[in-house]
Amino acid sequence: MKIIAVCGMGIGTSVLLKMNAEKVLRQMGIDATVEATDMKTARESRDAQIILTTPDLVSLIEDSPAEVITIDHFFDLEEITEKLSAALL
Amino acid sequence: MRFPVLAQSIAEGAIRVGAIALDREHAVEMSGELLVASGRTTPAYTEEMVAVLETHGPYIVIAPGIALAHSKPSDLVIETGLSLLTLAEPVVFGNAANDPVSLLIGLAAFDHDSHMDMMKELADALSDQQFVNSLLNAGDTEEIRQLL
Repeated sequence: MKIIAVCGMGIGTSVLLKMNAEKVLRQMGIDATVEATDMKTARESRDAQIILTTPDLVSLIEDSPAEVITIDHFFDLEEITEKLSAALL
Repeated sequence: MRFPVLAQSIAEGAIRVGAIALDREHAVEMSGELLVASGRTTPAYTEEMVAVLETHGPYIVIAPGIALAHSKPSDLVIETGLSLLTLAEPVVFGNAANDPVSLLIGLAAFDHDSHMDMMKELADALSDQQFVNSLLNAGDTEEIRQLL
């Protein structure tokens, strides 16, 4: 399964999101890689199943075929767990 | 040392405590100036950091009270590193979930991959609410060094 964490630049915000999402996925026992990318790369991606981003950027990626999940608090593993579970399980 | 990679990434001159920011642009500017002062970036990178805020909105506010101010890898980045700025009074960035901001982490990355160890430690550090509170309550830069 392919999951993308996306932010404007692909080096800061999305990397932190990737790290905590991977932590959560490990805890859930799900084998998935999370790739941190910028908005342009995410928009062009056609094979990602889930895109993680922030509420401020979601309007830029609405037309993606992937399921888009927004995370408010990047360090709240419970929020990430809850939202990923809803999408995956 | 609790966060050795962070301690190394935050160079001499990259910490400022209790600054007064007039607005969010000013806060991001100060965060960028610390990267310049510590030899990580050129002043044009700071301008880009402010531009990112204008273009993409307040998404850089990633958790309650915390903003990750940054632009992207380019020749404006001299070396990968971080700056750390705490504000005397919190500033509104316009982020519905996480306003207002009291802590700004400035990020400069030389490329897309070489800062992963640093980001991993940063994620661990900022996930620890007690640690974040200690940063915010620190009275001077030396106290922040001790915390790292």
